[in-house]
Amino acid sequence: MSPATAGKGRVGDALDAAYRADRGAVLARLIAVVGDFDLAEEALQDAFVAAAAAWEKGGVPKSPGAWLFTTGRRKAIDRLRRSSALERRHRAWGELAIAWDAWDAGESDLPLADDRLRLIFTCCHPALALEARVALTLRSLGGLSTEEVAHAFFVPVSTMAQRVVRAKRKIREAGIGYRVPGPGELPERLAAVLAVIYLIFNAGYLPGDGDHLVRVDLCEEAIRLADVLVALLPDESEPLGLSALLLLQDARRQARIGDAGQPLTLEEQDRSRWDEVVIAQGLERLERARGVGRPGPYWLKAAIAAVHSCAPRAAETNWQSIVALYDQLLAWEPTPVVRLNRAVAVAMAGTPADGLAVLEDPELSEALRDYHLFHLTRADLLRRCGRVDEASVAYAEARDHTANLAEHAFLDRRLAELGPETSNSGRLRSP
Amino acid sequence: MRYMLIIHNDETHPVPGGPGWDDLMAGYAAFSEQLASFGKPFSGDPLAGPDTATTVRVREGETLIVDGPFAETKEWMSGYFIIEADGLDQVLAAAAMVPSAKYGSVEVRPVAEM
Repeated sequence: MSPATAGKGRVGDALDAAYRADRGAVLARLIAVVGDFDLAEEALQDAFVAAAAAWEKGGVPKSPGAWLFTTGRRKAIDRLRRSSALERRHRAWGELAIAWDAWDAGESDLPLADDRLRLIFTCCHPALALEARVALTLRSLGGLSTEEVAHAFFVPVSTMAQRVVRAKRKIREAGIGYRVPGPGELPERLAAVLAVIYLIFNAGYLPGDGDHLVRVDLCEEAIRLADVLVALLPDESEPLGLSALLLLQDARRQARIGDAGQPLTLEEQDRSRWDEVVIAQGLERLERARGVGRPGPYWLKAAIAAVHSCAPRAAETNWQSIVALYDQLLAWEPTPVVRLNRAVAVAMAGTPADGLAVLEDPELSEALRDYHLFHLTRADLLRRCGRVDEASVAYAEARDHTANLAEHAFLDRRLAELGPETSNSGRLRSP
Repeated sequence: MRYMLIIHNDETHPVPGGPGWDDLMAGYAAFSEQLASFGKPFSGDPLAGPDTATTVRVREGETLIVDGPFAETKEWMSGYFIIEADGLDQVLAAAAMVPSAKYGSVEVRPVAEM
């Protein structure tokens, strides 16, 4: 629910554009100045409402962001004056006064970049619950309302609202600083930020519930946030790696879903429907990251995606390089899911039996017992080894472990195919 | 802001005279020095074991005293520090330096200033 979207005509368009382009930055600056999330949000809301009338009368200002910030700060002061002594004690009157003086002393433009960076790191602080980090990031930097975030993650609005309130209270009362971490803390804290952005993308790309296979809005928001991070931290390679990864995956969006709404494997996808422009953007970032630092986990994942993107046909995929990249990735993330994906690559680089041998590890099967893609991968490999009965059992297991209706349809098709005339064509799902 | 570091131990924690004890004590001496070097007031002490605990309640004017509670969980509170810090990040860094954090856990709570 953006306050701007109700507007019509030139001013409405300007408000929409400002909401889209400037809201995150202005909010970040306001939080920095007033030292309080809630107050800053309320004041910015007030400023948008005021803008509708003022811009209609006096025209759209040259810098809508600066106008919104100046007005928002004045609205924050109004709100503080009206608030009770008790409320005021919780709110940073002192800081506001200091910032006010600085402004009057001739500060003329918005030093936005630092504030947005602070806001990202605060929203993604590891002392907050992961769900709260996602919600705060989408609300503060993405401009989504609590209702929209709740719908995106299939939780009741009241639950999401509680999460946000609790997180903001913790930021205030536990003294989570509004700051960019120092060099010593940066790698760990940056990883936490990247994880939140990737989670937002995946919530759009692989929703685990409901009957939609892609939620474009969340994917686009994540791509935008990754771009913001790239712009803010140009000397770090992992934001570029993440940005590349998201773009390369997103380029396949159109080709990923079949006519009946079912998910298509990389092999089944019509590669002419991959978005060449977006792939080029992804590859450019991948290349740029190489000049910045040594490859981290997001860069490696993006490089794997790039090998797929560069294969004109599935059969021409360079699976040997993919196995090599997974070997490097395992050094960063020795997780069961990475091992599963590596097994797929091993099967493709060699034989299905090679891949199956990797999956037979008891520790791995135990760790992935409830993960439907584990059963699905196993089922595909068993089928390709001609072990039809075991494959049927594994497909049924996969079906039991996903709530996504479109995935169900896909798995039903697979189960049906395993009737008497089992197809031997290799159709492996790949990450 | 002031924060309390609440130290929880489990049975893997070194005991006086046992293996690892001397290292642990040296670690606490170094930790105290580190806190002192921040130039802000701090205090803290270890607590005797949970089997020494006594619980007091007052109900309708009557004082009730019972033995315990005995730790039913695997971890119990074994000591605390109260330190002053500029925000959570600073105190989290300090908490990670508490020698017992290697065995049990350190809960960080801001002091609610009234």
